[in-house]
Amino acid sequence: MRLPLIAALALATPAFAEPDPTDWDAVLAEAEGQTVYWHAWGGSTTTNDFIAWIGEQVAEQGVTLEHVKLADTADAVSLVLSERQAGKTEGGSVDLIWINGANFASMKEQGLLFGPFAEALPNWRFVDAGGKTVTTDFTIPTEGYESPWAMAQVVFIHDSERVAEPPATAEALLDWAQANPGRFTFPQPPDFLGTTFLKQMLIELVEDPAVLQQPVGDDYAEIAAPLWAFMDDLTPVLWREGRAYPQTGPRQLQLMNDGEVDIAISFSPGEATAAIANYELPATARTYVLEAGTLGNASFVAIPFNANAKAGAMVVADTLLSPEAQLRAQMPDVLGYGTVLDMDALSEADRAAFDALDLGVATLSPEELGQALPEPHPSWAERLAADWVARYGVAN
Amino acid sequence: MLRPLPLATAAILSGPVLLGLLGTVLPAVGLGPLGTGLTLDPVREVLAWPGLPQAMALSLTSGLLSTLGALAVAMLILAGWHGTRAFTLLERLLSPLLAVPHAAAALGLAFLIAPSGWIARLPALALGWDVPPDLLIVQDRLGLALTAGLIAKELPFLLLMMLAALGQTDQRRRMAVARSLGQGRVAGWVKTVFPSLYAQVRLPVLVVLVYAMTNVDVALILGPNTPPTLSVQVTRWMTDPDLGQRAVAAAGAVVQLGLVLAALLAWQMGERLTARLGRAWVWSGRGLAERAARAAGLALGVLSALSILLGIAALALWSVAAGWRFPDLVPEALSARNWMRFGPEMLEVAGDTLALAAVSTAVSLLLVIGCLEAEHRFGLTVGQRALWLLYLPLLIPQVAFLPGLVAAAGSVGLGPSWPLVALGHVVFVLPYVFLSLSGPFRAWDGRLARVAAGLGARPDAVLWRLRLPMLLAPVLTAVAVGMAVSVGQYLPTLLLGGGRVSTLATEAVALAAGGNRRAIGIWGLGQTLAAFLPFALALLVPALVWRDRRGLRHG
Repeated sequence: MRLPLIAALALATPAFAEPDPTDWDAVLAEAEGQTVYWHAWGGSTTTNDFIAWIGEQVAEQGVTLEHVKLADTADAVSLVLSERQAGKTEGGSVDLIWINGANFASMKEQGLLFGPFAEALPNWRFVDAGGKTVTTDFTIPTEGYESPWAMAQVVFIHDSERVAEPPATAEALLDWAQANPGRFTFPQPPDFLGTTFLKQMLIELVEDPAVLQQPVGDDYAEIAAPLWAFMDDLTPVLWREGRAYPQTGPRQLQLMNDGEVDIAISFSPGEATAAIANYELPATARTYVLEAGTLGNASFVAIPFNANAKAGAMVVADTLLSPEAQLRAQMPDVLGYGTVLDMDALSEADRAAFDALDLGVATLSPEELGQALPEPHPSWAERLAADWVARYGVAN
Repeated sequence: MLRPLPLATAAILSGPVLLGLLGTVLPAVGLGPLGTGLTLDPVREVLAWPGLPQAMALSLTSGLLSTLGALAVAMLILAGWHGTRAFTLLERLLSPLLAVPHAAAALGLAFLIAPSGWIARLPALALGWDVPPDLLIVQDRLGLALTAGLIAKELPFLLLMMLAALGQTDQRRRMAVARSLGQGRVAGWVKTVFPSLYAQVRLPVLVVLVYAMTNVDVALILGPNTPPTLSVQVTRWMTDPDLGQRAVAAAGAVVQLGLVLAALLAWQMGERLTARLGRAWVWSGRGLAERAARAAGLALGVLSALSILLGIAALALWSVAAGWRFPDLVPEALSARNWMRFGPEMLEVAGDTLALAAVSTAVSLLLVIGCLEAEHRFGLTVGQRALWLLYLPLLIPQVAFLPGLVAAAGSVGLGPSWPLVALGHVVFVLPYVFLSLSGPFRAWDGRLARVAAGLGARPDAVLWRLRLPMLLAPVLTAVAVGMAVSVGQYLPTLLLGGGRVSTLATEAVALAAGGNRRAIGIWGLGQTLAAFLPFALALLVPALVWRDRRGLRHG
């Protein structure tokens, strides 16, 4: 029943006076005086400070930025969805969303996004579109419907005082855990970091990781079998014999600080450095990546189809890509996020500024991090998490 | 204006509960705005959840054992020590714990008893352990840590409730008879005083039972998570981004409700059985191990007070800690940085929390005074049945009717919002305000009103210029109790606010999962202080206002 409505909507869209991203001067002119409501996860004080700083930058171009702090990005998605169901096709309450993965896939699929706009942004010329996974998001092509602003990659944190040579493959991790029972754990799936650990181990164990780029199919059981065999061996030698798990990533770091575990997983290469500075990890904490590489993905911003301040939102997206903002995001005491820019595309002065950045004692250099592995299709995360809960999340 | 107030109050108390129950049952069978037509699929999905048997068993055992435990300890303390100096000390130690929010108490306790916690650090230092033992103490699968935490937190509530009711049990004469028949102090008290005391505190005991079976905040922190208790799992379904899970949450809530009703029934049968056994014991004339019973009462009372006080002390220390690693007993250094980092936001949310508490308490207070005054003027007395009504929101598990209330409010266009949260708080604050104020209000000497009327004062003037000013101390105490209840509300705030109304309770519980103890320390401390502040004012203000009216100072 809803299909004709969507079709009608799609046909009607060009009739609205939409800003044209390719005419940047017109975008700037329209943006002046607009207020942009950026719906972004508000759980991290450092991120909130960074968004406030971006607000100061776009204020110079006459754009007012308001950060709507979300507990969960899905809230913004359902808000846009309910606005469309209520027939609100313009003047919507969300102008910009910090988004990636499953939320982007579902918004794009349901035609809830404005665009394409990303590749028309002036600062797109600096973006490392060839080298970094900024044009696909969990295997879904972005097609200009979202603009990247930060790179994240899986790293493992270890206490170098206790584990001199950390295990850098799935097999080595299992051997190490069996030799040191009770000294490793991961956040309890369906927590995204715990699910990421499952995906990372599956990539290690599966014969051909390319199958993970396709949606989960009939051969799921066969493909995932090595992972569950591995988890059957690993679980009894986990912290508390796998009978309890930390609920989130930060809780896992607390366990490390309490001396309860020696190795932890993180999706932010700069997190360990920041945690040491905040007394949340011992000064001997260091990070490492697996020999065959680790998962990486980009954080994006997207504009809903009914956004009230599309021009202003594009100005914010463009400002996020400026070398100045990217440099600031990478500073370990600000965010410690990886840049999406291509160093070779930058001016000499900008490149020198990036080179001069001291990433911090526990952060790996881009060379050490290596090429990030692409994220599996979003359906894998969902299936693996559900399967894990059924196997290990409820005791018998 | 005054006459319909009792009815309105009854509607405010029972309306949301009944509406919420309806809003829970309907989606559980596929009806309602999100529903797809009559179906048992949500119920089937709950029954198919592999964790269900264990989650239900956990809710039952932790609920029944903690209620029994708290009741037994309270009984032993009163029986063995009432009227002694040790009792006064224990009462002073325990009463402030009533104001400590459940989440903050649980957080402190978790740090105290964890294998890398404060207690374990003593042997660790002495024996030179460099890593903590890998023992499942907190979040154990049997829920023992959860049960212990609930006993420690509910003991002060039951003890004070029993103490308040003790005056109506004719304790002195009963004890004199019992002692003259050669009964020991504890055995005599349990045989003669406890039965009539229990009859008076029965409803509060049932409230404790329902709370212990269905709480979410304590279970999240101290309870297991493979699987969690049923109420925690229902909350997870409820807050799942996938809206389709709401129906499953509703079905889970119905199961939870059934479980609670079964437990209440079992409790009632237990009461009968205990009465029969007790009667046989009374007739047998046999005594008790007096010294052991007295020692146990005192030791358990002190232990539970200390565990919460030390937990709060640990939170305070974490909030100013620089590096603090296992097995050090104190931080390497103290630092103001944590407060500079988290303090400003905490204070902002503390302001919002107190505003919410003030509004919901003010509404409750107005309704309660209205009801009591109507009772006084028109003789509209609150009977035993109405007392059940008062307890209804406390006896129906929050997790069983709040999801339905959210759905019901949503279907008439009332989305999650601040006013909805405030209304939800009123439902839980009002019963406590009523229980706290009704005694002193009714005990006020009515002859004063007649004298005032004789001097030409109208009833309103008597209320505002005579009765309430004279009752300033109990009114402020009721306000403090109400505000403490509001400050402690986790689930109503989370669900009715749709996650967008943050208070100290929601932030503290969210942070507990996050694990940053410095932040938890600051927020937990903030929550405790927010609950304490009104109590401090309730003591201070009457002392200041009535500093030259000696006769009113102890009123």
